[in-house]
Amino acid sequence: MDQLLQFVFSGLTVGAVYALVALGFTLIYNASDVINFAQGEFVMLGGMVTVFAYAAGVPLPLAALLAVAVAVATGLALHRFAIEPARGANAVTLIIITIGASILIRGIAQIVFDKQFHRFPSFSGEDPIAVLGASILPQSLWVLGGAAIIVALLWLFMEKTLLGKAVRATAANRLAARLVGIDTALVLALAFGVSGAIGALAGILVTPITLTSVTVGTLLALKGFAAAMLGGIGNPVGAVAGGLALGLLEALAAGFISSTYKDAVAFVVIIAVLFVLPQGLFGKRAVERV
Amino acid sequence: MRLAPRHATLLLVLAVFAALPFLLPSSFHLRVATLVWVQALAAVGLNLLMGLAGQVSLGHAGFFGIGAYAVALGPRHLGLDPLLSALAGLVLSGLLALVVGRPILRLRGHYLAVATLGLGILVWLVLNSEVGLTGGPDGIQVPRLVLFGWRVAGAETWYWITGLALLLGVWLALNLEDSPLGRALRALHDSEVAARVAGIDVARAKLVVFVIAAIYAALAGSLLALFNRFVTPQVADFLHSIELVTMVVIGGMGSTLGAIVGAAILTVLPQALTVFHDYEHAVLGLMIILFMIFLRQGIVPGLVALLPRRAVA
Repeated sequence: MDQLLQFVFSGLTVGAVYALVALGFTLIYNASDVINFAQGEFVMLGGMVTVFAYAAGVPLPLAALLAVAVAVATGLALHRFAIEPARGANAVTLIIITIGASILIRGIAQIVFDKQFHRFPSFSGEDPIAVLGASILPQSLWVLGGAAIIVALLWLFMEKTLLGKAVRATAANRLAARLVGIDTALVLALAFGVSGAIGALAGILVTPITLTSVTVGTLLALKGFAAAMLGGIGNPVGAVAGGLALGLLEALAAGFISSTYKDAVAFVVIIAVLFVLPQGLFGKRAVERV
Repeated sequence: MRLAPRHATLLLVLAVFAALPFLLPSSFHLRVATLVWVQALAAVGLNLLMGLAGQVSLGHAGFFGIGAYAVALGPRHLGLDPLLSALAGLVLSGLLALVVGRPILRLRGHYLAVATLGLGILVWLVLNSEVGLTGGPDGIQVPRLVLFGWRVAGAETWYWITGLALLLGVWLALNLEDSPLGRALRALHDSEVAARVAGIDVARAKLVVFVIAAIYAALAGSLLALFNRFVTPQVADFLHSIELVTMVVIGGMGSTLGAIVGAAILTVLPQALTVFHDYEHAVLGLMIILFMIFLRQGIVPGLVALLPRRAVA
């Protein structure tokens, strides 16, 4: 029983990171119909920039802030120099562009940083807390709490602010949004910037637990994508639920079946879900116009 | 004389194929050319799926990997002849495509992309993790191919073998484009509903071309493994899947010649870039972005559009 609880805790922690990556996917997808495979690189940048700034003597909170700024700048540059010039291209072309961008970002990170695994100290100590026979790292609580706050803030932004409503209007219908005077170019740039920030925060929160290196982005992007698909792409609630579900399933499979094939879970699940529910768990049935 | 485009393509490939050994200065260059033929073979197959039928596969390297590992594992674990193992790899690859293809190909757009992506990664994970069987991330040796007592060796020999395989692949692909199946695929590419109304069994046509593309990739994988005499799980990884898709797209979707040109560019450029060692990844990523932005319709269709109309007709 306490073993199960242990798996649930670690699953939710990893799941929260997947949820944030999936949320980043969703944001960009809703604003621009682009599947951004460079999403995982934001997470990598968040972790790596913080590590290296911290090692250079910058206080941890400031290092984290710097990392978020770098990721936001990367997101904006990605939009301005790679996505914007290819406007009107088909979905496959855009997917390949973002994959090219992720290879580019990783390549630059390899030159600027190194290929080793790194971490920085947990925010509030390394001593595990005992809960009902299982033990939780304090950093896990940071990850879960941080993810919850990010999701809540994003929700408030979307529902309560004018700019958030502009984002939702653009997601619903770009042409109509432009007709009522929304600057859709600004909304698009905003989506990429905010996605960068969310990814970076996920990377900063989880690095003390999982460590980071320049190569962590690829698998995170794929799993985040799987999570977004699981929830039905374009649905923010689905993205969070999909991420948490994926993390849980992964932890349970690693614990009870095989830790070698932990990474396979995401893809088996996604294929299985697509077979049964081709639109994802929370996706709307798309009606195709003829 | 009016030359049908498909004959022109075939003649062009044949001419380059025959002329190259006289132009290339060293066996290193022949080896690079061999790599181009192998990648081109996989790309030509993928182009049938992507360019002709309009279905995306982000996991095609998985089939490539099955072909490559078949010639490594068949002789080692089952005592099979390498040639027979290659054949088994083709069959296995085709069967896998057949079994998973039916449910997967019901999906569209991003959902199809993620399903094929998952399939490719699962193949890679198995190759990477089953250390006892496949040698894991370090890779595994491949026995030398012996054909009726003839030990196949040497850069030049492999150049001809892989080149002939590519020629055969191109010829079959061009014929397929002009067959009833090819026309059915083009029809469903434009509109599945219209194709169905016209009496085309859409699900079956998609499945057949998926299996064909998988067999192309598996054959390319087998050839690469036999030629290199060594194989690592990298042949099946996500990056290779992306490279294959990129080859098809930069060459020009739907153009068989384009798939070959794309394969040549993406194979030769990294070889040239090894000079920049540390910058290799950054430059590769940058190239992919630039190609996609500026050559969106693909190199070959772009060039053909520039030719005077009479020359093409």
